[in-house]
Amino acid sequence: MTFDLIVQFGLALFELPFREGYVSSIIYVSLYVSLAAVALSTLFSIPVALVVGLTDFPGKQFVKSVINTGMGFPSVVVGLIVLFAVSNQGPLGSLELIFTKQAMIMSQFVLATPPITAISLAAVTGVDESVRDAARALGGTRFDVALVVVKEARYGIATAVLAGFGRAISEVGSVLIVGGNITGADGISKTRTLTTAIQLEARQGQYETAMVLGAVLVALVLTVNAVVVRFGDRGVQR
Amino acid sequence: MTIQRRQFIAAIGAGAVASTAGCSQSAGGSGGGDESGSDAGTGAGVAGETLTLTTTTSTYDTGLLDEIHGDFEAMYGVSVDAVAQGTGAALESARNGDADVVMVHARGLEDEFMRNGYGINRRDLMFNDFVIIGPEGDPAGIQGMGSATDALTAIADAEATFVSRGDNSGTHTKELNLWEAAGTDPGGEWYQETGTGMGEALNIANQQGAYTLSDRGTYISQRSEIDLTILVQGPIESGPEILANPYGIMAVNPGVHDNANYDLAMAYIGWITSPSVQDAISEYQVNGEQLFFPEAVSEDPDFQQYVPEGWSSESTDE
Repeated sequence: MTFDLIVQFGLALFELPFREGYVSSIIYVSLYVSLAAVALSTLFSIPVALVVGLTDFPGKQFVKSVINTGMGFPSVVVGLIVLFAVSNQGPLGSLELIFTKQAMIMSQFVLATPPITAISLAAVTGVDESVRDAARALGGTRFDVALVVVKEARYGIATAVLAGFGRAISEVGSVLIVGGNITGADGISKTRTLTTAIQLEARQGQYETAMVLGAVLVALVLTVNAVVVRFGDRGVQR
Repeated sequence: MTIQRRQFIAAIGAGAVASTAGCSQSAGGSGGGDESGSDAGTGAGVAGETLTLTTTTSTYDTGLLDEIHGDFEAMYGVSVDAVAQGTGAALESARNGDADVVMVHARGLEDEFMRNGYGINRRDLMFNDFVIIGPEGDPAGIQGMGSATDALTAIADAEATFVSRGDNSGTHTKELNLWEAAGTDPGGEWYQETGTGMGEALNIANQQGAYTLSDRGTYISQRSEIDLTILVQGPIESGPEILANPYGIMAVNPGVHDNANYDLAMAYIGWITSPSVQDAISEYQVNGEQLFFPEAVSEDPDFQQYVPEGWSSESTDE
């Protein structure tokens, strides 16, 4: 509720032609899709980073270069691939995911996973060997050792999650293709995010409103970053 | 170490709670919508369903669909997902079975879509017209020309900057047809394909002082933002007939895509071609001007609206 009030107040300052609930609903969709995608990516990436970072196996360098290549994967290409997957004719067509938040989460998962994995991997690899040895010497299981490594690498992993979040929330190409930028007739966003709303305003020549939405997006990213950094600092005081 | 592990797990738990809080909020929101919807449409038997409409940027960006869709959603207790894509992409989505109904403005592409079996039950919906707009200085001297093709030829001869949509949209298709009719093959530094929607193309043309072809609706809705003026009028202001811009609506053939929501698509077509909604379309104004002229209600229906142009039962017997 306070969130809605703040948004309403902010909009009143600019006297923008937005209907009630419109901006808060696109902020909600942006956060929902990006956070869900980043949460899934993180759950996937950290185990992968731990396995790749802490074990040796043939083809390890190849896996690393695949992950690094993924960081530069163009978002529109990811959007197209996910579109083909979830389209009615595609392998997941029967699930009817096209133009839904779920499809957007899928494409953002694909986009956010490589940076989160790559940066986590660098962080995990950077943890001193002696920490692992100590954990093992104290009778820790493999899981305990992994937890210790995660704990030691938490700044790097937090950076990884933030990088993934930044990629997800600022991305416009794939969510536009698979989400369809849909808002209901009541002005409540279904698959419209801040980025696709900005794109729509720019398409209509409404540069001022596009700028305001852009400012909202930047403020949102700053807030999330601040929260995560704060979280990390508290960990230090313990 | 156990304490830290507990904190780590607690953090994950907090994250999970936060994300499910988001979920329940959305479920609550849409649940509320469903309730009010089912109240309104208990008899319809489609309440709670979603109709996916792929359409052009011009119908969406002018605000028309947002204006009229509330009525349909309340009447049937459904929601309409309008996806603004441009005619080519809108038809392609429907071809892939990702839409239930399409509203576009390129008769040639619509005919091809129907002939290939993807679209059925086509209706003429409404029309407006295209206008050729450009800078007030008018370097190619086309102001007031009675022929759109002469105007384009003059622009090409003057090599004055022309912004093309370049996106396989209805407007782009019309523009290519006009160049062909003018007997000119546009190309060179002055001809810029932008690959954007109409609004963006207008902005690009505005920033470069260039000419472009626009539908009247999008131009009117953006006129206050840009410095370009209408130099060649369309048929609404007694310009050449070649600049007419008719919109059609079609249901996706459930015989090709059995997941298409055909019942609801037909309900939508029936609704939008009904006298009251056609009136609402003609009453829709932006900046004090009417954008779309209804075409569906007629004492003397044009039978060609239901089939690909030029089709007749005799010709297919051969």
